[in-house]
Amino acid sequence: MKLVVCVSLVPDSTTKIKIADSQTAIDTAGVAFIINPYDEYAVEEAVQLKEKNGGEVIAVSFGTDKSRDAIKKAFQMGADKGILIKSPVPDFDSYTVARNLADVIKELSPDIVFFGKQSIDFDGLVVPNMVAEILNMPSVNVVTRLDINGGIVTAEREIEGGKEIVTASMPVIIGAQKGLNTPRYPNLKSIMASKSKPIEERPQTYTGNKSEVFEMSLPSAKGKGKILEGGAASVPELVKLLREEAKVI
Amino acid sequence: MSNKILAFAESKDNKFKNPAFEITSAAASLAAQLAGCEFSVITINNCSGDELKILGKYGAKNVFHISLDDLNSKSGQSGFLYSHTAESKAVSEFAKANGYNIILLSATSFGKEIAPSVAVRTDSAIAVDCVEIDGESGTVVIKRPVYAGKSYTKVRFNSENIVLTLRPNVFKPVITGGDTEITEVDAGTLNIVAGDFRTVVKEAVVASGKLDVAEADRIVSGGRGLRSSENFALIERLASVIGAATGASRAVVDAGWRPHGEQVGQTGKTVSPSLYIACGISGAIQHLAGMSSSKCIVAINKDKDAPIFQTANYGIVGDVFEVLPVLTEELKNIV
Ligand SMILES: Cc1cc2nc3c(=O)[nH]c(=O)nc-3n(C[C@H](O)[C@H](O)[C@H](O)COP(=O)(O)OP(=O)(O)OC[C@H]3O[C@@H](n4cnc5c(N)ncnc54)[C@H](O)[C@@H]3O)c2cc1C
Ligand SMILES: Nc1ncnc2c1ncn2[C@@H]1O[C@H](COP(=O)(O)O)[C@@H](O)[C@H]1O
Repeated sequence: MKLVVCVSLVPDSTTKIKIADSQTAIDTAGVAFIINPYDEYAVEEAVQLKEKNGGEVIAVSFGTDKSRDAIKKAFQMGADKGILIKSPVPDFDSYTVARNLADVIKELSPDIVFFGKQSIDFDGLVVPNMVAEILNMPSVNVVTRLDINGGIVTAEREIEGGKEIVTASMPVIIGAQKGLNTPRYPNLKSIMASKSKPIEERPQTYTGNKSEVFEMSLPSAKGKGKILEGGAASVPELVKLLREEAKVI
Repeated sequence: MSNKILAFAESKDNKFKNPAFEITSAAASLAAQLAGCEFSVITINNCSGDELKILGKYGAKNVFHISLDDLNSKSGQSGFLYSHTAESKAVSEFAKANGYNIILLSATSFGKEIAPSVAVRTDSAIAVDCVEIDGESGTVVIKRPVYAGKSYTKVRFNSENIVLTLRPNVFKPVITGGDTEITEVDAGTLNIVAGDFRTVVKEAVVASGKLDVAEADRIVSGGRGLRSSENFALIERLASVIGAATGASRAVVDAGWRPHGEQVGQTGKTVSPSLYIACGISGAIQHLAGMSSSKCIVAINKDKDAPIFQTANYGIVGDVFEVLPVLTEELKNIV
């Protein structure tokens, strides 16, 4: 099986957001970057399929040189090869990302392409289904369970208060949601092995963002809340505040 | 070029719910801001004519209806409910054929699944999960949360074609009344072929009567302070008394006490209900990311230094096992 996983590099989830002087991006000084957490489920699923069926896992990232770190994390988890589509600048929108990934995926012609369902920086939930549409491939996003049976995939997809059972035939694009599997922790051996795995560099094939951030801001600070210190005895006062002041009950 | 807006009204079991009314009202208000702009609503389902007319209450003068049965009949297969890929093609073809350049969808699980594909098919820019849309200056700019609500961006577009998804519960449905004309669109005119049914939904299983955190206007969430999965009965009781959905921190989801569909936060759901009650939740940055835009936050925690109190509008320093039963009882008497 030929399996491709698309991985992106994002600020660690504990990052306290500071706005850069440009007012259009975050200040990345001192920010630690990690592989997008949902992409770990994507890598794990691909590696498990390889372990079961044979084949190879290729990790692809679009971004600046820094994005190599996302590919390296995929290597540590068992991916075999990497492709970095190198963007000279760090600003690109989902459409640019999708177009560049699509070009490489088309050439690789894999059986399954895994994505994380969403990146935790810009919270798009966009790239997987965009790539699918560009390549005219079936895709299912927010997947919590995947079964493959002779070229037909059956995926469980999380929806409001429940799930959908979706079927499609391969080649297919799958967006991984938490719950799909438990991503492995790389061990020393896999970390050592990852060091000799190759990352091939490709030039960006598409530029031309369709959207542009022109302002970034922090949420307006909340006023000091009213914290009652009397335990259960404070309940009547809380209820009164909720009714009369906040008017939410 | 003058703008033309198409709002996709989503239905469930052939009934419209809040997202459909919100999107209709938001489209009406955007159309009013953009000079010479008209708007219509499109919907795909087997709704009755009376149900379709309800959209008129929210200002939809023109509702275009594609019969789901008619659309599905183009698939050459049976035994499925609907197809995201076929619906996205139907909406896109309709928009292209009729000159709509701004397409609005709800940021629901359905809307999010089809929006990227609609954007590619209509060669549009896309912005998802918008919380503000502004057309006052004559062009559309939007505001959306990023980093799970830790910050916001304003976005403009280098394209006349735009696809936006609107976060549920943010745009208020406005009842304006007025007549509505319903036009049936023959799926046969939309170039739908069997190959467009690239994915099909065989089954949709929804826990009956259970409100999802992403849709709820009130949420009661529990964290590790609840100590066990059984103790979440306290959370469920309070939630049922005030008609709220139940939510959870990642710590309790990881512990297997609650399903991950309930997780609120940076790697769970981002919510903005009018009331969010956090019980035994410390207020880690990733949790706050998902709920800090709630209108009123109430925290119950026995540690008065818990970070959650810094984000809360109201709080009680106390033991959840003592506070929750009293609070539930007290609220039962008034709601
Ligand atoms: C990549 C990443 C992503 C993450 N994403 C999320 C996310 O999406 N959502 C999320 O929630 N977390 C997320 N986390 C985890 C987050 O960092 C915290 O670990 C988690 O939110 C803590 O959950 P908690 O508040 O329930 O538990 P704790 O931090 O253990 O807090 C329990 C609280 O309960 C209080 N308490 C204890 N007993 C009682 C009692 N009897 N009465 C009253 N109060 C009591 C304690 O004082 C304490 O404040 C993420 C972490 C990482 C690394
Ligand atoms: N720059 C990128 N390079 C590779 N994959 C990406 C990139 N951006 C997003 N993706 C993939 O698309 C998924 C969804 O991203 P998004 O649509 O931005 O939320 C991520 O989980 C990744 O799998």
